[in-house]
Amino acid sequence: MQTYDLEANGLRGLNSTLQELNGSSNKTAWEIVNPKGSHAIAVGLNSPVDVTVKGSTGYYCAGMNQQATVRVEGSVGPGVAENMMSGTVIVEGDASQYAGATGHGGLLVIKGNASSRCGISMKGIDIVVHGNIGHMCAFMGQAGNLVVLGNAGDALGDSCYEARFFVRGSVKSLGADCIEKEMRPEHIEILKDLLARSGADAKPEEFKRYGSARKLYNFDVDNAQAY
Amino acid sequence: MCGIVGLFLKDKSLEPKLGDMLTDMLITMTDRGPDSAGIAIYGSEAGGRTKLTVQSDAPEEAFDGLDGALAEALSTDVSIRVIDTHAVLDVPAGKGEEARAALAELRPGMRVMSAGDTIEIYKEVGLPEKVAERFNVRGMSGTHGIGHTRMATESAVTTEGAHPFSTGSDQCLVHNGSLSNHNSLRRKLQRDGVRIESQNDTEVGAAYLTWKMQHGATLGEALEGTLEDLDGFFNFVVGTKDGFGVVRDPIACKPAVMAETDQYVAFGSEYRALVNLPGIEDARVWEPEPATVYFWNH
Repeated sequence: MQTYDLEANGLRGLNSTLQELNGSSNKTAWEIVNPKGSHAIAVGLNSPVDVTVKGSTGYYCAGMNQQATVRVEGSVGPGVAENMMSGTVIVEGDASQYAGATGHGGLLVIKGNASSRCGISMKGIDIVVHGNIGHMCAFMGQAGNLVVLGNAGDALGDSCYEARFFVRGSVKSLGADCIEKEMRPEHIEILKDLLARSGADAKPEEFKRYGSARKLYNFDVDNAQAY
Repeated sequence: MCGIVGLFLKDKSLEPKLGDMLTDMLITMTDRGPDSAGIAIYGSEAGGRTKLTVQSDAPEEAFDGLDGALAEALSTDVSIRVIDTHAVLDVPAGKGEEARAALAELRPGMRVMSAGDTIEIYKEVGLPEKVAERFNVRGMSGTHGIGHTRMATESAVTTEGAHPFSTGSDQCLVHNGSLSNHNSLRRKLQRDGVRIESQNDTEVGAAYLTWKMQHGATLGEALEGTLEDLDGFFNFVVGTKDGFGVVRDPIACKPAVMAETDQYVAFGSEYRALVNLPGIEDARVWEPEPATVYFWNH
């Protein structure tokens, strides 16, 4: 286990060290101490390393992640795992706005609550939130799965494309063109896998599925009010 | 972008350290707002006295003999404490408005930053660290305080455009965001006799709260009103003589973190601002909900 003191050694040193690991090094487990809410911790990683952040972070933690596993033992500021391509990011606490925004792949697990705009414009990422999510989550979501064990706020899945949303609790309101959909066996299988991989204590059958009504894909003057 | 910090103490033993803690929080928020900074401190109450904090771009001239001149104009005793470009004038309670009118005559270029029993406001253009140093904010004690680091968007980088804004006795407000209906609301409030001195959008927000409270609203009710009557983006943190409030607009795109322990309630635009507070590891830390009013009273 390698330990990096962020307060003593600085952010640039941390990210360049982690980014240079290309799978050939045996230094695959890292612990970052004294994060103190700093921004852009462990961004742009591209190797199968294991990074644990011992505390809360600021903006963009684990942004653009590929292959790496990043675990935050605290809460995260806006934009955690933004544009993630692959790998796993686990947040033990809460996440601020736009967690997992524009993510293309990988798994983001938030064990507390996520606030507004979680999964906005998601493009293939899987996001599992153990608590609640705020308003405008998965706005324009294109692909991937957003799983919520708690409740969803206003306008879930507004203007979404083919992303799937599974919510166990209540949904305050659905966004434009987002509807409740039938839960078929293949969805139960997807959920079972995501719940198991994210350490969530819930049964797939307890969830409802939401997704696009596919009415806003192409401009139709009769829908002008909905845009 | 702007930075906000706020600290409302529950534990009296922390009061001598209020300025010190707020200064550290303020400096941490420098990269959110490096062009100006300001702080409102609610200090101790001197029974039967009102404090007016004034500011001048030519302080030596403006403050020279000001206490004597004001004492003569009001036919009462006045004391003055000069701190860099600011001065705190101490007048008998009930003489605040009269003093304001006299000051406008005696020193036309001087600005009144705040008036009240306990509030003092210090703000200037410059890096937060330099501004805090000029006024020795570290040495200040008090029950609660609010600080702001500004990155201007809606109006010029000037002292009067810096936050906090005070539009009523012992009231202050700081803002991260931008209001879009401030011009029409300013005209409406001015017609109703509310004093608004700049073209800044935030001052209209502060004046709105003052106006609501003048019409009988509590701080909480006034904050509720902002959700209906103000259009735009805002995180507001407000102070009154014994209260501290927070509200975010329904879109809530401006960042906010709060922390509460048995000793204090703290606000920061980012968690970074809170990391050195005592007992933060065990504090309840949360992101305030959109369109939800939070307030605390002593």
